Amino acid sequence: MACCHEHSRSELLRRGLAEAGRGLPPIEPGMPVPAGTGLDRRTFLARGLGLALAVYGGSALLPRAFEEGIAAAAAAPQSKVLVSVFLDGGADALSLLAPTGDPLYSQLRPRLALPVGAGPAFSEDETLSWHPALAPLAQLHGEGKVSVMPGIGYDHPNQSHFTSRHFWEVGAADERLATGWLGRYLDRVGSHDNPLQGLSLDWSLQPSLATARMPVAAVDAPDQYDFWAQGVWGEVSDRMIATIGRLGSIPSHGDPGLEVASDAAGQSARLYEQLTPFRPKDGKALASPVPYPAGDDAFPRRLAGLASMLGAGLPLHVVALSAPGGYDTHDNQAAELADGLKLTADSLLAFQRDLEARGLADRVLVHVWSEFGRRAKENGSGGTDHGAAGTGFLIGSRVAGKMIGEFPGLGKLDEDGNLRATSDFRGLYSAILEDWLGTDAAAIVPDARKFSRPTILR
Amino acid sequence: MPLPVYTGRFGPTQAERLLWRAGFGPRRGEARSLASRGLDDAVRSLTRPPGERWVGPPPHDDKGRPLAPADAYGHDHLWWLDRMVRTRRPLVERMTLVWHDWFATSNASVGSQKLMLAQNRLLRRNALGSFDHLLVAITANPAMLIWLSGTDNRKDAPNENYGRELMELFTLGEGHGYTEHDVREQARALTGWTSTWKQGKGQVDFRFDPSRHDSGSKTVFGKRGTFSWRDSVALCVHHPQHAPFFVRKLWSYFVPTLPDARTQAGLEEIYRNGFEVRPVLEAILRHPALYNGPRMVKPPVVYVAGLLRALGRGIDTTAWVWLSEGAGQRLFYPPNVSGWDDTRWLDTNTFRGRWSIANTALDKVTLGERKGKKASKVPNDPEAIVAGALALLGDPTIRRETHRELVAFARGSLKGATGWKAEAYPPLVANAVRQLLAVSPDLQTC
Repeated sequence: MACCHEHSRSELLRRGLAEAGRGLPPIEPGMPVPAGTGLDRRTFLARGLGLALAVYGGSALLPRAFEEGIAAAAAAPQSKVLVSVFLDGGADALSLLAPTGDPLYSQLRPRLALPVGAGPAFSEDETLSWHPALAPLAQLHGEGKVSVMPGIGYDHPNQSHFTSRHFWEVGAADERLATGWLGRYLDRVGSHDNPLQGLSLDWSLQPSLATARMPVAAVDAPDQYDFWAQGVWGEVSDRMIATIGRLGSIPSHGDPGLEVASDAAGQSARLYEQLTPFRPKDGKALASPVPYPAGDDAFPRRLAGLASMLGAGLPLHVVALSAPGGYDTHDNQAAELADGLKLTADSLLAFQRDLEARGLADRVLVHVWSEFGRRAKENGSGGTDHGAAGTGFLIGSRVAGKMIGEFPGLGKLDEDGNLRATSDFRGLYSAILEDWLGTDAAAIVPDARKFSRPTILR
Repeated sequence: MPLPVYTGRFGPTQAERLLWRAGFGPRRGEARSLASRGLDDAVRSLTRPPGERWVGPPPHDDKGRPLAPADAYGHDHLWWLDRMVRTRRPLVERMTLVWHDWFATSNASVGSQKLMLAQNRLLRRNALGSFDHLLVAITANPAMLIWLSGTDNRKDAPNENYGRELMELFTLGEGHGYTEHDVREQARALTGWTSTWKQGKGQVDFRFDPSRHDSGSKTVFGKRGTFSWRDSVALCVHHPQHAPFFVRKLWSYFVPTLPDARTQAGLEEIYRNGFEVRPVLEAILRHPALYNGPRMVKPPVVYVAGLLRALGRGIDTTAWVWLSEGAGQRLFYPPNVSGWDDTRWLDTNTFRGRWSIANTALDKVTLGERKGKKASKVPNDPEAIVAGALALLGDPTIRRETHRELVAFARGSLKGATGWKAEAYPPLVANAVRQLLAVSPDLQTC
């Protein structure tokens, strides 16, 4: 979470003045028309300009924010977006894509095996079936918009949640690496003044986004990011919020604790400015063109908000969030798994349709992952214990739509009785970095050249 | 080999840090009075505290009713937060929080505030005592037996959940001296616990049932025997990797830098002599690294309790439940069995959560809002406004630059305030300065 103290204030100001000389940022030409949003172009532009004006308005108090917003808003519309969705706890691969055609399956899973025909057949391999709750993904798969990794993992699998999740988050089997793989990507290509480039839609930062230098943000809901204090209003309130940023830019002289607290303050003040168009006075910024699953869960709301932010041209680049549900199903797996998967899949389908309606679908790639799969043999509690290779998905209009790595097979489990990996997450990350984000994977993923790259795009 | 002891000045600033690291921050004047006792006596006052007596107003909900911690939603959190605010034994409460993080059990799956409170009492009873004893007790604790599937672990159907975390998170550390084979064998040794489900009461009658226990021979850490659940625990505590793990982990709650090799070895030596927690704590709290080293981010509940202690305010609203959750820490609901991640307390969202906490903590003393109270009571003087905010929050130590920014904010806001603003703005500015001080990087850390 460290950020930009080495970046001198005068340099920022110089750059800001140079940019400002060109007049208002080119918001109109680069921005996609928000198809199906119910907003006319003028409303949309006004909102887009609202972003720019907020930046200008803020400049009287906080000069640094001036060029930050300009650069960010101008850079945004063309860039690709990666959305990382985490199934927390180790999702059971043998339920997500069930080998219903293999007689070993019901022997290993006398209570938990899904019957043939319970879920949609998997069109690429007739011995496999989708979990019934994943029918929305089966539908997108039929449209060529889902690639399945039926056995993704790594050699010498670690069966600790925390260690294995850490490996996936940092993009290496290295316990000491402290930055996330997406964080290192942002450290390489990101900007010093745009926290939205790495966004956790969560109560706290997703570790895969942890950077060494560049600012990143965590937001529960973009329309509620405000700083209100009792007994403070008007211009005093504006100055107060600007002062948060100034307190954050006091040098911490190498004290890591102070640096963390300072960065949080500085980045919060910047994010506040960036999200100005989403605060309630601007009206229905979060109206979605398609319905999302109803209910209290944050996941569909967060995806709907994400599509809205992309639709409004906010400079998002890599985004991470957790799926609903608990996947560490040691007990009572059948019911718990179905609920979480259903809400996850229904929401992801709505998100894809939302992006399509807004004309943004070609810019967005969704990656769904879990820290491991589960033991092939069920345990005595109606659940399964920690395993090795798991199932993941890539979703989007540009994906190849073909399996990455074959199904590992129940006949050749490893010595712990777990599925063997048929694709490596570091190879997948390398392909995402190179083919989707357009950067050299060797600079991000340790020993990247050792891993073969799957074909991820059509 | 004696451990290094801090020999520098032990003034109010050092006492302030000690009270934050080993508790929940000073009450008004407490840092100064603790400093006058000197380091050794100050540490002993924390590690060997007098009997409990509550300081300050008793807790109640928004309507003035007493708390119902075992029954009402969120009152579990408020009940413990109140203890943190009113205790005279802050290190006992702080260590209870450390154990809650160490043996992180969440009511999200236990589903019983009553069982969670029973576990909390167990942790508090053993807060400064023997880790060996604590580990035995927690292994048989009903909330833990539910949380890590202990009651599902039986001889014909072993469940590895507890056996794995016992070694990975509680005693040895991931990858330190055990194998996947040990996980499976420990799971067998730990079989036998069960409970009964009663309509309207949930899980009751937690007990060890020999008919569910796998009494066969097991091999753990290369040793062979018909190990029981107590053997399983003892094998972990006596494992050569346990003392190093214990010392590293306990130290990390109090000091943000790693102990040097001499300190690590010295603390292990103290700990191995009976697995007692108190002497290890006394050595850590007297260590130079605590006073000379960098600052630590306060955990959210410590931040909340500390603000209330400084303000002399008790628990008078249930808002602390969702406010603490918004900052990333709801008591009795750690995110998973590895506890809260102390390296990631602050980001743009949890910072905003702390902003709301400060705003609520200060909302009983807001200036210029109550009828009949004259706004002009606040001086039109930037320095005096900042001094007033510092006094309100118990004169915390802050950096000169922070002080300067706050004065600059007050001065800038008051400069153009003429006409009606000359009267109206000073209280606004004073409210804002208090808020900014409370969320400043200086007060987020200790």
